[in-house]
Amino acid sequence: MLSADQVKPGAQAVLSRADFDHLITVLQAEGYDVIGPTVDNGAVVYQEIDNAGALPEGVASRQAAGRYRLEKRADNALFGYIAGAQSWRPYLFQPSRTVWRAEKSGDELSFTEPEEPAPKMAFLGMRACELAAIELQDRVFMNGDAPDPDYAARRSGALFIAVNCGEAGETCFCVSMDTGPKVTRGHDLVLTELIAPDAHDFLVEIETEAGAEIARKLPLRAAEPQEVGRADAILAETAQSMGRALDTNGLKEILQDNQDAPQWGDVAERCLSCANCTLVCPTCFCNTTEDVTALDGESAERRQRWASCFNLDFSYLHGGPVRPSVEARYRQWMTHKLAHWIDQFGDSGCVGCGRCISWCPASIDITEEAAALRRHAEEADNGEN
Amino acid sequence: MTAVSAQTDPYRPQVWRIVEKQMETADTATLALEPKDRANAMPFEPGQFNMLYAFGGGEVPISISGDPRETGRIIHTIRAVGSVTRPLIAHERGALVGLRGPFGAGWPVEAARGKDLLIIAGGLGLAPLRPAILDALHRRSAFQRIVILYGAKDPDSLLFLGDIADWRGRPDVGFDVTVDRAGQDWHGNIGVILRLIKAAHFDPANAVAFICGPEVMMRLAADELMARDLPQDSIYVSLERNMKCAFARCGHCQFGPHFVCKDGPVFRLDRIRALLQTPEI
Ligand SMILES: Cc1cc2nc3c(=O)[nH]c(=O)nc-3n(C[C@H](O)[C@H](O)[C@H](O)COP(=O)(O)OP(=O)(O)OC[C@H]3O[C@@H](n4cnc5c(N)ncnc54)[C@H](O)[C@@H]3O)c2cc1C
Ligand code: SF4
Ligand code: SF4
Ligand code: FES
Repeated sequence: MLSADQVKPGAQAVLSRADFDHLITVLQAEGYDVIGPTVDNGAVVYQEIDNAGALPEGVASRQAAGRYRLEKRADNALFGYIAGAQSWRPYLFQPSRTVWRAEKSGDELSFTEPEEPAPKMAFLGMRACELAAIELQDRVFMNGDAPDPDYAARRSGALFIAVNCGEAGETCFCVSMDTGPKVTRGHDLVLTELIAPDAHDFLVEIETEAGAEIARKLPLRAAEPQEVGRADAILAETAQSMGRALDTNGLKEILQDNQDAPQWGDVAERCLSCANCTLVCPTCFCNTTEDVTALDGESAERRQRWASCFNLDFSYLHGGPVRPSVEARYRQWMTHKLAHWIDQFGDSGCVGCGRCISWCPASIDITEEAAALRRHAEEADNGEN
Repeated sequence: MTAVSAQTDPYRPQVWRIVEKQMETADTATLALEPKDRANAMPFEPGQFNMLYAFGGGEVPISISGDPRETGRIIHTIRAVGSVTRPLIAHERGALVGLRGPFGAGWPVEAARGKDLLIIAGGLGLAPLRPAILDALHRRSAFQRIVILYGAKDPDSLLFLGDIADWRGRPDVGFDVTVDRAGQDWHGNIGVILRLIKAAHFDPANAVAFICGPEVMMRLAADELMARDLPQDSIYVSLERNMKCAFARCGHCQFGPHFVCKDGPVFRLDRIRALLQTPEI
């Protein structure tokens, strides 16, 4: 066992698989709701879990354009699937919430926010791309002018326990987006799962004091240099096996300067405008508000809920939408994600998680659409020269 | 559980009272609002807007149409077109509404200092321009010519008749109005506003233009000004998009890389011209 003063930010240690349950028990004892991966309805989803038995042990996920399915792994890895079907987004940016309630009676009109204490959550099993996505959402919801108090409260109380990806998925391209696969920032603790024929351990790297507080209560032993070396090798291997790539060089200008390209019409013929891609994307932040009035006519409330730029009412103005065509709506989504985000928030709005590819019923692949647009732009350039 | 105080949400409106209401036309009213509890003033820039909430209806963006020097009360001119604007102007004097604001980047009146100032309004577009006009007229000598061109559907839909009479009567303002159609009793111009722009007196090398109206009208008016050698970077337009938050967080008002609620609604033409010419942005 390591002594308490050895367990501090920057330290590396090892937790054995047999002791993994302790991690969850300690988190619960510290008052956290533990949200982690579990299998539900044929997919790995992030839900509140009670014990390590709920984790997707020995589960692999296979994804392709328009496809997602689970398989059995040859080993008993706890985190051997690719990132979950839905990201952590719903836990910080709620799909629906009451913003305020209004009361009206006589010469009074008043507004009050609901007093719901934010849950104290520990997220277990976060991937590098998912941490990068939260960093991006922070820029939207915690901006100086008008921070979202609900997001901020959930965010500030949350503990992030990350896992380095031991494998890349067929739709992953975090290397292109410079967001993974190695967890480098935003986390409190990061685990790397080390599986050998005779051992099953986790290399635990402590990043913050909040992470160290949890780690101090775990039965950790010192990490051997060769265990650290194996973790590095696993990450190098993962980085080498990305299923997809996206060439981001000059991509912002290619998108912004080719809003009238025929490729938009081409993708519109396939896109069903179902909004799945915006539902699963960990960075999509668009939302709408609805004001509903109670039947008594004396109270009302404002609700905020997720919205999608694929919906017609999103851009409604004077009796009609600004973007009636699917072509304009797909163009808006992709151009915003890969180009306008950079102007608005300083980085691409895509972290390369691949979810929009796997969950598109029409098998539309953002990396292929970007490549097609790049070819078009290059041909147009060659034509001019 | 972390204890979280119910922090004021930026979505929470302030309560304001309608202290005056005047019907401008059959479907458009000008409301004067004062804060119910706060006595403090609300400074604003010409061209900025507020989010107005009608209890039981909902919330919509509405430009401020009053004098920027008169900050104790806020003036809005609203056309009833749907489920929020209808109940807003159905309110009687004394009624309470919710208000958040002011938001957005307005008309850069200062950019016209020492120059000719051209104001081109189509329909309700005169409402967001009115604060800029009043501001400029308060310090008339800071500008060269002031030209106000106003186009409306018909004589019955002309707004701010008192102002119009004032502007028309001033020797130091070049005011002209045109309507799309009119009866026998109308002795003024009939036809598109472009004709007034063609005939307007201004020095293209030393002028700034503010345009507000339907998007097509703004595009054509800007083209006409450019045909008269007014450079793009001397032309400003005010855009309209669906808006829910007004603080760059709901995504609805996006216009290319811009958030109309925060970066606009007023934009310098050269910064958005390509987008304005692309359909369905
Ligand atoms: C910056 C800005 C300034 C404005 N200033 C004024 C003003 O001074 N006076 C005035 O009368 N109107 C103004 N408008 C337009 C006004 O916001 C719309 O007429 C209003 O939103 C219509 O809402 P409704 O619910 O009554 O109509 P509905 O037709 O029932 O609209 C349903 C919803 O669609 C959206 N919507 C519909 N039309 C518009 C529109 N033109 N602009 C934005 N959202 C729309 C709103 O969310 C609205 O609640 C302004 C709009 C913007 C963006
Ligand atoms: S755009 Fe697609 S790949 Fe990129 S972050 Fe969103 S869901 Fe993931
Ligand atoms: S790209 Fe695919 S997932 Fe997104 S709206 Fe179109 S069909 Fe749906
Ligand atoms: S109105 Fe919400 S982003 Fe502009």
